Order: sequence, then C-alpha cells, then structure tokens
Amino acid sequence: MDGDLKARNRTVGAALRHDSARKHTTGEAAYADDLPEPPGLLHAALVPSPVAHGRILDLDLSPALAVPGVVMALGPADIPGKNDISSSGRSVEPLFAEGLVEHWGQTLALVLAETRDAALLGARAVRPRIEALVPVLRIEEALERQQLLLPPMVMARGDAQAALAAAPRRLSGEFRCGGQEHFYLEGQIAIAIPGEDGEQTVISSTQHPTEVQHIVSRVLGCDYNRITVECRRMGGGFGGKESNASWIAAAAALGARATGRPVKLRLPRKADIAATGKRHPFLYRFDVGFDDTGRVLALDATLAADGGHTLDLSGGVIMRAVTHALNCYDVPDVRITGLVAKTNTVSNTAFRGFGGPQGALLMEEVLHRVAAATAQHVDAARERNFAGGPNGGETPYGQPLEGDLIRRVWAEAKADARIEQRRAEIAAFNAAHPYLRRGLGGFALAFGISFGLLHLNQAGALVHVYTDGSIRLNHGGTEMGQGLFIKVAQVVAEVFGVPIERVGITRTSTAEVPNTAPTAASTGSDLNGWAAHAAASAIRGRMAEVAAEQWNVPADEIRFEDGLVRHGNRAMEFGDLAELCWKKRVSLSATGFYRTPDLSWDPVAMKGRPFFYFSYGAAFAEVVVDTLTGEHRVLAADLVQDCGRSLNPAIDRGQIEGGFVQGLGWLTCEELWWDKEGRLRTLGPSTYKIPGSRDVPPALRVRLLDSAPARVETIFRSKAVGEPPLLLATAVWNALRDATGLAALDLPATPERVLMALRAKG
Amino acid sequence: MPQVNLTVNGRSHTVEVEGRTLLVELLREKLRLTGTHVGCDTSQCGACVVHIDGESVKSCTTLALQCEGASVTTIEGLAKPDGTLHIMQEAFREYHALQCGFCTPGMVMSAIDLVQKHPEGLTERQIREGLEGNLCRCTGYHNIVKAIAAAAEVMHGKRDTLRPAEVMAAG
Ligand code: FES
Ligand code: FES
Repeated sequence: MDGDLKARNRTVGAALRHDSARKHTTGEAAYADDLPEPPGLLHAALVPSPVAHGRILDLDLSPALAVPGVVMALGPADIPGKNDISSSGRSVEPLFAEGLVEHWGQTLALVLAETRDAALLGARAVRPRIEALVPVLRIEEALERQQLLLPPMVMARGDAQAALAAAPRRLSGEFRCGGQEHFYLEGQIAIAIPGEDGEQTVISSTQHPTEVQHIVSRVLGCDYNRITVECRRMGGGFGGKESNASWIAAAAALGARATGRPVKLRLPRKADIAATGKRHPFLYRFDVGFDDTGRVLALDATLAADGGHTLDLSGGVIMRAVTHALNCYDVPDVRITGLVAKTNTVSNTAFRGFGGPQGALLMEEVLHRVAAATAQHVDAARERNFAGGPNGGETPYGQPLEGDLIRRVWAEAKADARIEQRRAEIAAFNAAHPYLRRGLGGFALAFGISFGLLHLNQAGALVHVYTDGSIRLNHGGTEMGQGLFIKVAQVVAEVFGVPIERVGITRTSTAEVPNTAPTAASTGSDLNGWAAHAAASAIRGRMAEVAAEQWNVPADEIRFEDGLVRHGNRAMEFGDLAELCWKKRVSLSATGFYRTPDLSWDPVAMKGRPFFYFSYGAAFAEVVVDTLTGEHRVLAADLVQDCGRSLNPAIDRGQIEGGFVQGLGWLTCEELWWDKEGRLRTLGPSTYKIPGSRDVPPALRVRLLDSAPARVETIFRSKAVGEPPLLLATAVWNALRDATGLAALDLPATPERVLMALRAKG
Repeated sequence: MPQVNLTVNGRSHTVEVEGRTLLVELLREKLRLTGTHVGCDTSQCGACVVHIDGESVKSCTTLALQCEGASVTTIEGLAKPDGTLHIMQEAFREYHALQCGFCTPGMVMSAIDLVQKHPEGLTERQIREGLEGNLCRCTGYHNIVKAIAAAAEVMHGKRDTLRPAEVMAAG
C-alpha cells in the first residue's frame, strides 16, 4: 500500500476548508430538521417518567388522544418487535419502560400528532400512575448495595499488594469527577419515512447509522434490509449520538410503522437533556506506594463509574478508563479495578474520550499526593515516572508506549509555555496581590487509538468515477463537524491526483456502505481514510492498465497528478482516461475495505495490544483564582498535540481547540445536578453552563508536533485527533491546584467547589 | 387566524400565524428559511439570531406578531444575489470558524450587529464579551473571534480584504 506516498502530496496535508464551510455560513447546509417535510408528516413527542424509580401501576394514554391534533399514542404493548434498544446486546434496555421505571425522564410512551405542539401537549396530558420506590443516586450507595452493571474489570501487573507492603512510603486517597452533558447544538432528531414492503428510510442525526438500522429493525421486528439509514451531517455529536440516536430513531420508526405516515421526532432541549445519556461520573479510591525520590512503585486503585440505570456502552467506557488509568506513566506493580455502578439516573454513554479522560485523572491525583509527600514539584514527580527511559516502557496490559514521544511533547510544551519565566512572574504576582492567585499546571498524555471492541475496527467505502472524471465518494463514517468528509476526500483526491473539487462528497447511508462501525473513538479518518484509499486505488489500478495499453508502456509507470494521467511526455486528462475506460468496458466503481491490523485483546487476562498506536500530547495552562469568591479564569494555554503527519492541519487545529475547551467545561463549569428525588435540574443552558466565549483562554496557543509521522502504517502516517485534545484540559485542574495550594479538589472545580475547598483549608 | 405583514430578506410577506407562533417558526416552517436554527428553545444559545430592523434578536423568543411592519434579515439574506458572501460569512469560511456549523448562522448574525455597533473598532476582548449570547460547542471560539476581528477590519474600512487566516496558512 502506498498510503505513505513518497511523492509530494498535493492534497493530503493541505489546510483545506471544511467541505461545507460555505454552506454553513449561508445557512444552506441542511440538518435533518431542515429537510423539506414529506407529505402527511406526523410529529412525535416522548412521555417521560415523572419519578426516578418506581413501579408502573397504570399507563393510560387516552388523555393524550383527547388533545386536538393527536393521532395516536403508543406504549410498550404496541411494539411489534422487541422492546429492547441495547447497543451491546448484553442487557435488555427498554425503549419504553415496562413494569419498572428506573430514572427520571425515562421514556414511557410516544405520542403522534399533526403538529409538534399537539404532540408535546398530548405527551404532557398523560398522567402515569407509578408507585414510587427509593432511588439510588450516588455511586457510593450503589457500591454499598453491590449494584453493579458488570462484573469488576481488573487489570494487573506484578503484585500490587506485596509491592505496597514493601514500599518505603505509602498513602491512600479518594476523589471524584462529574459527568457531562454533550450539549450538541443540534438536538437528537430522526425522521422515519415508510415505503413499500415494510421498508423505511430513516434520516437520523447519528454517529452510527448501522446501529440505528439494527435497533430500528429489532424494535419493528423486521430484517435489516428493510431499513435504510441516512445522515448527511450532525450539528455536533461528541459521543452523544453514538448509541442514543438509535432509540430516538426507533421511536420515530415505530410511529411510522403504526400510522403508515412519515414521523419526525425532534426532542426539545430539556427533553433531550433529561432522556439521553451523558459522560460517566467517576469515584476513585487508591493506595499508592513510593520512595523518597517520588518514584511510584505500587498502585492499587478502584475506578467506579456511574453507569446510570442500564449498561449502554459502559463496558467499553470502563475498559478505556482502566487502560488509561496510568496514562503515560509507569508503575511496576499495579492493580486497577474498574466498576460500573447502577444508579437510578439516565444511562450514561459515550462522550469524547470514552472513559479515557476519567481514567487519566487517576495519576494526576496520585502524582500530586506523592509530590506533596516528597516535597517536590508535581512536574518533577511526573518526569520521575514517565514510561520508558529508566522506567518500564510498557502499559500494564503489555503494549509498548513510546517514551521518547512522551518526553518530547512534554519538553516542547514546557518550552512553548516558557514555564521557568512564567513561574517567576506568577510568584511575583501572587506575592503582590491580596487575594488573586495565579497558577500554572501541566499535563502529558498518551491516548490509545482504536476501538476497544476489536470487531469495530473496520470500515468500508464506495467510490465511483464517472466518465467526465468526476468522482463520487461514499464511506461509512459520519460528519459531525469534525471534518471527516474533507479529510477522506483529500485521501481520494490524492490517490487520483485530481483537485479536491473533483471529489463529490455524499451523505452516509447504510444502503451504500453496509455493516459499518460508529464514527467514534477518534478512528473516523484512520478507518474510512484507508477504506476509501483502497477503493480509489483499485480503480486507479484499472485505469492505469488502460492508459498503459493505450501508450504501450508498463502500467506501474503511469502517474496520476495535477488532474492528468502521465507517462514521460505523454499526458491525458483524468476525465479522458475515465471515458476511455468506459469505452473499453472497464469498471470505474469499487468498494474498499479496511481493518486495522495487528490488534489483539484478551478481555479475561486484560492483556494484549488493543490500540493500533498512541497519540501523544502535552499542555500547560495558567489560571487566576479569586480566593474570595472561588471564581477563576484560564488566562492562557499552550498545547502540543501529536497528529502524526496531519492530513489537514486546519481541521486538526480546530479539533484541538474545540476539544480542549470541551474538556475545560467538563472539569470546571459543567455540573449536572440531581435533586433528592433524582430529578435532573440542569436541563438547559441557564442552569447547565458550557463554556462561552468569555470562559476560554484568550491566549490559546496550539502547535502540532512536527516531523512526527506515525510509526505504524496509518493513512498517510497521520494520527487521530478527535478525542486526545480534550484530555489536555486536565492541565487546568492542575493549574487550579497550583494557584490555590489545595491538596484536594473534586471535579468539576466550579467556583462554588473551589471556594468551599478554600474555606475548608482555612 | 391573525396575520402579520413583514419584510424578510427584502421580500414582503403576509403570513397567517397563531398568537403563539414564534418568529423562528414563521421563518423555518412558513417561509422555509431553515438557516436559522433552534439550539436551546430558551433564548440562551443564539443559534436562532436574526436581525429585526438591523438589530440582532433571538427569534426563538420573539413572537411572529411582534414583527408587524418589521424588516427581518436572516442568514439567507446576507449574500448578494450573485452569491458573493458578506465579508463576515467570508471570514467565518476562511478562518475555519465553524465545525458542525449549527451555531454559525446565529454567530454570523450576532457578529455583524456587534461590529456595526462599534464603528470605532473592536478589541478581541470586546468580541468575546459581545458573543456571550452565542454558544458554540465545537470550536472553542478561538477561530470565531479571529474571524470577527478580521471581518471587522474590512467592515470598518481599515482593510480592503480579509487579513489572511493564519490557521489556513499553518502547517
Ligand atoms: S434557540 Fe434561540 S437562543 Fe437558543
Ligand atoms: S460549530 Fe458546532 S456548535 Fe459551533
């Protein structure tokens, strides 16, 4: 494969605009809700549970039917297939609660009406009779009751207990981090359009069209081939439309099946926040053994995730948390236990980083505590414990880390941030100011790229060349703003040596490329880029044969560049060769397939090579804290991110900036708050604070690591960039501790929490 | 049903609406101008910002009937008929100030109003403050602020064309 083309790349590596950039600025880019509505369209609304935990005594849907405009109301008994939307297939997760209600806002039924207002009014008219039970809302309580959604997941190396006992110094700790609402600006939406013979076309704002197809089919009780799922773009996904889009679509499809009319289900923002999963909150407990130099020798830690009421994707999330719990550090004897607690809250799900961000917090806390105990700066403790070099270079599950890259990103971020000079400036500022305190915090990262579930590491593409030389590209990946479509189009343009304008980008559809993986785990361009490369290369190979025959030269000497096909002094337009191929009856269409090589994983031993490679990054952030109010701001951040040989630096920078800010939100201002009855009270932007334009660092300096092509055969030696930068915001947590001197600071570090911690410290 | 007479992007319309119909519903559903988006329903995200008589307004919390006699401009009304973009649109495009694009129309509309309200020029800090009512979940705002600063220079006559986007030149 020549994905690592030695020749000069024209398109790959160029900072091209997002493919829809112009359409986004003119409002022409159509999201699902913008499409012309099919005639006869009905609108749907969900009937939510008013309690967090209870036994359903009676669900009378007739009050909904009494609302003018309401056409039908559907409950569990109306489901022709299975009342199960579980994505893992390992547990039953009902579309409509049956018997038991397990979280506030859980869907009980669906109301269909001529207008959206009527549907919402109808849903509100339903008054389910539910015998309330006591909800379990906290991880601690669930653990005490041994309410677990999965058996404990244990990753170990050596003998942590023995090494703890033998270690010269020892301490233990506990801390927690919160969840996070995705707050994709475009809420969940699906439109189901019935066709002939039980067919349906489902337009879904989804990261996983194939799973939408499967879940819709399961709920309707039909073959997969009856259901076609399409998605041109999402108004943001962030993991929130990986599994949750499927049940939204299934509800719409059920409505379409029952009425024979097209059905649109678009959740109002409050309903979306109430009914869809979020990032998992975590509780951490650890015992660490170390020596006087701050070298960590032994660690026994438990990471307990709040899974909410069902499994959803929690198995994968906890696996990634456990495998990222040591991040880029080495601990010789270690045991990490991952637990998924069952609580009466909405079922938590994928969110950018997928447990990795939570996992990576562990060593931050450990290193802060160890540094404090050994009277050294936490950054010295970091450097003492980086994997590789004098320390062990393998993860506890047996995969090598690149110690040189860890040290390189760290050193470059330090240099970019001019930390010696800044520390002096900060000390001077703090000495002079009565109550404002500045601080600087660092962070380094090794993030594993690949799906934890081996079989998801595959992708397909479908490429057509038309006889005018224009190209149509389709692949299994979905566009949620991350720039996947332009990156994959760049790959195809590069293979054919044509300008990017010749590559027509098309919506994702299960009818064109089947049996796909979700666009998640940062793998979108790695997987789909290679699949499209394979399809395009197959066609180019055939075209080269035709050109070679025409000119009577060897096919491997034919070059495709600048929109031309060349050999020596001879050249023809790419489109002319396409036309010639057609006349010679040579196929100009191909599918491409890719599966990530060299992956292995033993889920029982928790050993293997689950990741194709690691993406590295490092960051420094400077904050200022008002110690009278707890308010704080990030003043500046310096980020260095390894993108391998970037496919598109403009797109990658955008991902880094946006990911960092999303991480900043998770760690500092986004707080989900449930009342005692288990009702989520942060249902919109007035109570749930995502970063605004004034909350982000005015100085955000981003650098892609240069001259760092991926060392494995990734597409054009690029590296994934979707998730890793989110974790770089962890530097802000460290900066807050540096500024305040707080030994412990649970997350999110809201002003309130900072203030309370400062008060407690006295 | 009551009627409302208004001008949208230079064309006059008489539309039957309910008393409770929101401006955004009128625009999206009756006039099929779907570039104006609904992100939050509650007047916080700014995805639905349009101009009423030149001032930016959140159309998700404006009643259609309040717009009697008004001149409304939506994102669709900014570019010239020949397709030439407004300089603010051009700046968002050039500066990669968008990812999923859902916030973009509202951002562009707010930004134009902000620049127009500050003929004396705008600092980055003023831009950040002026954008407080517009949420973006994707970009981290960095490129949005840069794009607005670049467009403002042109709108204020300080430059003829956009300052080249460093982000596009990078790498
Ligand atoms: S939809 Fe109007 S401000 Fe959010
Ligand atoms: S670009 Fe997605 S919300 Fe701003």
